[in-house]
Order: sequence, then structure tokens, then C-alpha cells
Amino acid sequence: MSAKWRNGLMLLAVVLLVVLPLLFVQGEFGGADDAAEGAISELAPSYEPWFKPLTELPGETESMLFALQAAIGAGIIGYTVGLLRGRQDKQKLHDQKN
Amino acid sequence: MRKCRLGSFAAIVAGFTVYFLLNEPGTANAMHIMEGFLPAGWALFWWLAFIPFFALGLVKLTRMTKENPELKLLLGLAGAFTFVLSALKLPSVTGSSSHPTGTGLGAVMLGPLSMSVLGSVVLLFQALLLAHGGLTTLGANAFSMAVAGPFAGYAAYKLVMKLTSRERVAVFTAAAMADLVTYVVTSVQLAIAFPAADGGVWTSFAKFGSIFAVTQIPLAISEGLLTVLLWNWLKSYSPGELSLLKRQTKGGSF
Repeated sequence: MSAKWRNGLMLLAVVLLVVLPLLFVQGEFGGADDAAEGAISELAPSYEPWFKPLTELPGETESMLFALQAAIGAGIIGYTVGLLRGRQDKQKLHDQKN
Repeated sequence: MRKCRLGSFAAIVAGFTVYFLLNEPGTANAMHIMEGFLPAGWALFWWLAFIPFFALGLVKLTRMTKENPELKLLLGLAGAFTFVLSALKLPSVTGSSSHPTGTGLGAVMLGPLSMSVLGSVVLLFQALLLAHGGLTTLGANAFSMAVAGPFAGYAAYKLVMKLTSRERVAVFTAAAMADLVTYVVTSVQLAIAFPAADGGVWTSFAKFGSIFAVTQIPLAISEGLLTVLLWNWLKSYSPGELSLLKRQTKGGSF
């Protein structure tokens, strides 16, 4: 039970770390890179990017791809944990029989 | 069967790529160094710095999976974890957003060198499809996220294990350090490429550090907690696999 509690508390902490800045920090929450771009133009006003991204996607498509990325990763993690659990259960059954 | 599946996956990716190439440009934002925003000399320098690690990582991975086919499962898991976490853009205390890296878990389980391959595959995916990071800056971004971060995480894990031998604390520290060091290195890379007119590299580093590294602090804590959660999960179902890894990495192999 204590392990469950501990895991629950850890998840809660992760959620709080995301929610609290949203509630208490005034900001646009844009990407940190946009801020970096601003800093570069301050430090080196004459600098011109010498290469453009090959693909520039519409915002919606981009968020779809990010979701896809997370989904693929989550799928693999779920598969792995499930597989390991199945193996363990099988092993336990096997041990009980003998 | 497997070949056919891989083929169809590749076809889908290729199809998407062509589709996006022909598509209307939109706006992109990223938390790595953006495409074209590193002077050519530095871009090349970081590519050259990164390539040896990638090569060694490939050698290590092939040897590991040959000796222990079982490890492929954990390899997929480590890659998947990085995939998920780097897709999550989390709001942070500085009022901007960034994402965790997820490289600490793989560094602890499989050694940091294997992450140099897995991490750069993720970065390549993002550079090609998401205009996130970039191809010219891939060397620099891979060096920070797939080399420096994992090595820092691995070192942190070893150190904490030596001092306290409390595994969960060690895993948490490793993940948080891998995350934080990634963005400290990013800040350094930008600072030496763009030294300030007055104050030079240090002033620039303070500037970029306050953008990247400070934003990353709460995310590093989140990443540490999430990694420990997954670690607990894995441990309860698979003491066998993890101890197999322990033997692997005990030899002090990277």
C-alpha cells in the first residue's frame, strides 16, 4: 500500500509542477526557443539564420505529430510493461504448479 | 512479416514528409537550437564532436543486443520514454514552455553511450517532421541531449549509489541531471557562438542560461519523478531484466 501512496504522491507532484506555473506566473508560455531567438538578435543584431527548416507545418498538423510522437512512445512503454507482467504471471503459475 | 511492416511504416513516413514539403509554411517553435541559428563553423564543430559518440554507441548497441537479445525490449523502452517525454511541452516558472528529455532512464539502464543513438534518432525525427531543432544544428543538439545529458545522468547515478546506495534517489538524480545538463550545455553552445559585445561569453551564458536552464529546473524535477515511477513499475514486474543490466553495466562499461 505504501508503494501505491508514494507513486500517487509523485504523480501529484508532477501535476502540481505543471499547474502551478500556469496559475501563478504571468507569461505567454511560448517555446523557450523563441526567447532564445530574441536573445540572439540582441547579442548579434546582424546575424542572419543561414538555413531554413525543410518543413514548416501548419500548427494543427504539428500538434498532431507531437501527439503521434507521444502515442507511439506510450504504446511501446505499455506493450513492454504488459509483456513483462505477463511473463511474471506465467512464471508464478508455473512455480505454483510445481 | 517484420520486413513488410517496416516497409509500410517507412512508406507512411516518406508520404508524410513529401506531403509536408509541399505544404504551406506555418510557425514552428522548439526548445533546441533552431535550424540555421548556429554559425556554420560551430555547427560543423558540434557535428564532429558528436559523431564519435554516435559511432561508439552503435558499436555498443550491436554488441549488447547480440549477447543479450532480451535487451532489445529495454532498448525499445528507453527510446520510447525519450519519445514520449520530448513530445510533452510543459509550462514552467519562467512563463515559457520547454520539454523534458527522458534520456536519464536509458543512461542508467543501458549506459550513456546507447542513448547517443536513441536520443539522436528522436532529434532527427523532430528536426525532419516538426521543424523542431534542425539538421544544421542536429550535431549541437545531439551533443547536448544525447551525449552530455546521458553521461551526466550516468555519473550522477554512480555517485549517488556510491554515497547512499539508495537506488530510487539515484535514479531520480540521474534523470533530473540528464535533463538539466542538456540545457546547460545548450546555453553554453549558444553563448560561445554569440558572445556579448560587452562582457563576452559569460554575459551571453547568463542570458541563455536564464532562458533555457532556469525554465528547465521544475521540468527536471518532474522528469526525475516520472522516471522513478516507471522504474518502480519495471522493478515490480521484471527484477530479472534489470539485474541482467546491472551485470552489464557493472563492468564500468559506458
